[in-house]
Amino acid sequence: MRFLKQVLSVILMGVLASVPAFAQSLYVTETVLPNGLKVLLKEEHKAPVVTFQIWYKVGSRNERLGKTGMSHVLEHMMFKGTKKYGPKQFSRIVMRNGGNDNAFTSRNYTAYFQNFAADRIELSLKLESDRMRNLLLDPTEFLSERDVVKEERRMRYDDDPVSSMVEQATAAAFLAHPYQWPVIGWMADLDNLTRNDLAQHYQTYYTPNNATIVVVGDFATKKLLPKIKKYFGRIPRGRDVPPVGAVEPKQRGERRLVVKREAELPVVFAGYKTPDLKHPDSYALAVLEGILSSGKSSRLYRSLVYKKQIALYAGGDYDRITHDPSLFTVYAGVMPGKTPGEVEKALYAEIDVLKSRPVTDEELQKVKNQAEAGFIMAQDSVFYQAMLLGQYETVASWKLLERYVDGIRSVTKGDIQRVAKTYFAEENRTVGVLIPLPKKQ
Amino acid sequence: MNRIRYLLMFLFLAVFLLPAGTHAGQPLGKRIVLDNGMVLLLAEKHDLPMVTVDMAIKAGGTLEPGDKPGLASFTAALLKEGTKRRDGEQISGEIDFIGGALSVSGGLDYASASLRVLAKDLRTGLDLLSDVLMNPVFRKKDINRTVKEMLAEIKRQQEEPGTVADEAFTKAVFGSHPYGRTNEDVAAYLKRIKRRHIVDFHWAQYGPDNTIITVVGDVTEKGITTLLNEYFKGWSRKPGPLPAVAAAPKQSKTELFSIDKTITQANIVLGHRGISRQNPDYYTVVVMNFILGGGGFSSRLMDNIRDNRGLAYSVHSYFSARKEPGAFVVEMQTKNESANEAIAEIMKEMRRMRTAPVSTAELADAKSYIMGSFPLRMDTYAKIAGILTFVEMYGLGLEYPQKYLQAISAVTKKDVLRAAQTYLHPGHLAIVVVADQKKAKLKL
Repeated sequence: MRFLKQVLSVILMGVLASVPAFAQSLYVTETVLPNGLKVLLKEEHKAPVVTFQIWYKVGSRNERLGKTGMSHVLEHMMFKGTKKYGPKQFSRIVMRNGGNDNAFTSRNYTAYFQNFAADRIELSLKLESDRMRNLLLDPTEFLSERDVVKEERRMRYDDDPVSSMVEQATAAAFLAHPYQWPVIGWMADLDNLTRNDLAQHYQTYYTPNNATIVVVGDFATKKLLPKIKKYFGRIPRGRDVPPVGAVEPKQRGERRLVVKREAELPVVFAGYKTPDLKHPDSYALAVLEGILSSGKSSRLYRSLVYKKQIALYAGGDYDRITHDPSLFTVYAGVMPGKTPGEVEKALYAEIDVLKSRPVTDEELQKVKNQAEAGFIMAQDSVFYQAMLLGQYETVASWKLLERYVDGIRSVTKGDIQRVAKTYFAEENRTVGVLIPLPKKQ
Repeated sequence: MNRIRYLLMFLFLAVFLLPAGTHAGQPLGKRIVLDNGMVLLLAEKHDLPMVTVDMAIKAGGTLEPGDKPGLASFTAALLKEGTKRRDGEQISGEIDFIGGALSVSGGLDYASASLRVLAKDLRTGLDLLSDVLMNPVFRKKDINRTVKEMLAEIKRQQEEPGTVADEAFTKAVFGSHPYGRTNEDVAAYLKRIKRRHIVDFHWAQYGPDNTIITVVGDVTEKGITTLLNEYFKGWSRKPGPLPAVAAAPKQSKTELFSIDKTITQANIVLGHRGISRQNPDYYTVVVMNFILGGGGFSSRLMDNIRDNRGLAYSVHSYFSARKEPGAFVVEMQTKNESANEAIAEIMKEMRRMRTAPVSTAELADAKSYIMGSFPLRMDTYAKIAGILTFVEMYGLGLEYPQKYLQAISAVTKKDVLRAAQTYLHPGHLAIVVVADQKKAKLKL
């Protein structure tokens, strides 16, 4: 994200996956324009606001070593002007109209949004259709913005011991797949990026046939759709984007990575390779995530934090809304006086129980109730609804979102035990440990 | 963009921004006093079968004795750890089972509690919420465990350069005033905290006459008042003497506080005492600060330091307006080597606000954003509840949206200049820099 959060997507996905959504029809109108642009419209009239989002199917997954971080730097440059609206104008125009705007980049997508009072929606169409084609990519602006991104990297990763450990452990988990590098890019790669790299990236991926528009809020579909066609319909279809192709080979043994640096408390992190949301096992894995990690009644908190008091925090995180298979992680912060070794053992003990004993009826029902409540509560925010639609559509199909609650409902105790045995194996695991070094005097 | 086009655009905006922004004339909600004296603010919303409850209890840090820093927050944190009827595991088990959320937390002016449940589970939710507020038992083992967790959390936060900088800034600006309590003060106290302190604080501060409850969602007035009268029946408190509040120190000159850490960026926090929420200049200050550093990408600080110089990912300023004057703060991070340049630019921008009026376009832009974005501040149940509670706590009235918009729209360039001269003090700053000091080579 260019201002608030360029969230490590592992963390972002986990948050969203744990607040699941919609059961039956979402009342979304889907339209595909002749140039390939997909448009998803959902009317929501409970507040006089609207969110406009455009999702490009490009992220760090579409990069290569030596040039990592390109998608995210390009996201920043998207605010640096077109022929029609010069540098600095985009956000100023939006704000002048009472809107908030921002963008975020992940491994699988780059998305831009504006939130407005409902009557301002046409402004988004004007501005976003313009910058899909006419970005300036001014060379001076590029150099200055690259410095901004380097500051962002220093703040989020280089000066944050936990993030830098997770960044390195993730790199160790993937040998052959682009999920190995961070969305923000390696520092040396940022220095290596040129204005022409970005221009090429922009030409290749910022096309109508590689994008999805999502609008949720207080509008009339019948009136809005023709306007979207008017602004975006005239943009010519681009070439098909080059396939990524990379496939991570099966892991055949535990990998361990240790980061030693100045820090206060040790942290243990273990990631297991798991399938993404297109796989039928993803529902059982999502339930399992709830059992391990959703709320203070969940197993990791109760065991490691509440009962044994060996961890300051503990949780699990299933990264399922991804294009290619990613990780199911469990993690814990080590209490002073305790060791990473005993915390790591306690994490695995909880995982072993899942394999050897069925979960209780009450636990299973709890996770299903949480999924159903989440479906209703998610509708309180137009932004969040649009975000889920955009994510699902970008990595698979928004229609999977309509099946989510039913998928969760159908999970049995046997399913949970089976997926625990299938995926939570030692040889399928990458472990990261942060070992604090004392302060330099 | 040329000047004429600018002016035309504002004329055009002025015509319809207000109606678009306000739901003209509609009050935020209804104010009802319950049987036990608790104030209920109610906004019925039937779009979704869910209910959001937001509570504010006058049990914040300003009400704890000066020698017990952190007592208010610690008390709030313990409420969910056990009551006469339930232990902590039962409380979390019950709320998790219905897919709801229940939280209690401390604060400076007041403690907060919140509940979010499906409408069908409202009884279960209110039973839990009222139980944790009215009947906590503060078991020794829960106190000990929570002390250990908080001390570990305080230790963990030492690895965040931003937190280290905030703590030093807070101490520099507020001294022994309750707004000046730091992790270090709290950690020292937690090591000698007694169960009796917690019980006494809860007994003195947690009661219906000290509490605002806001309900937004799928309820009826009759239904919810009956439920609240039932669940909060018999709640009472025994007020004790209020603690004396130490004065914040006077800042007579600019002072630099440098802290050494092996990091790549200098974390800079600078500022001084600001204003209270009751200050009649509040709205002018909002507009003034928006132009200086509150207005995201359009602010002067962001334009200069990020957009033109590429020195920072984020730089912003804010006035934290509370019951008593809070702080005026500018925060940013930049590579160690750029710290001096960044600080000089911040001070330059502060002085510029004081010496010359803002431009017509700047003022118009600020006002059109602040007014036009008002609907976004009320677009979820939780946000509506938050505003209602806030409005009651600070006595702003249920017609707050209308008053807010009028007050912002009345601000002139002259007002902004006067506010900058009155409330920005570039010669009286506390400047905290957490950095690799050998590389930052600070000079002032």
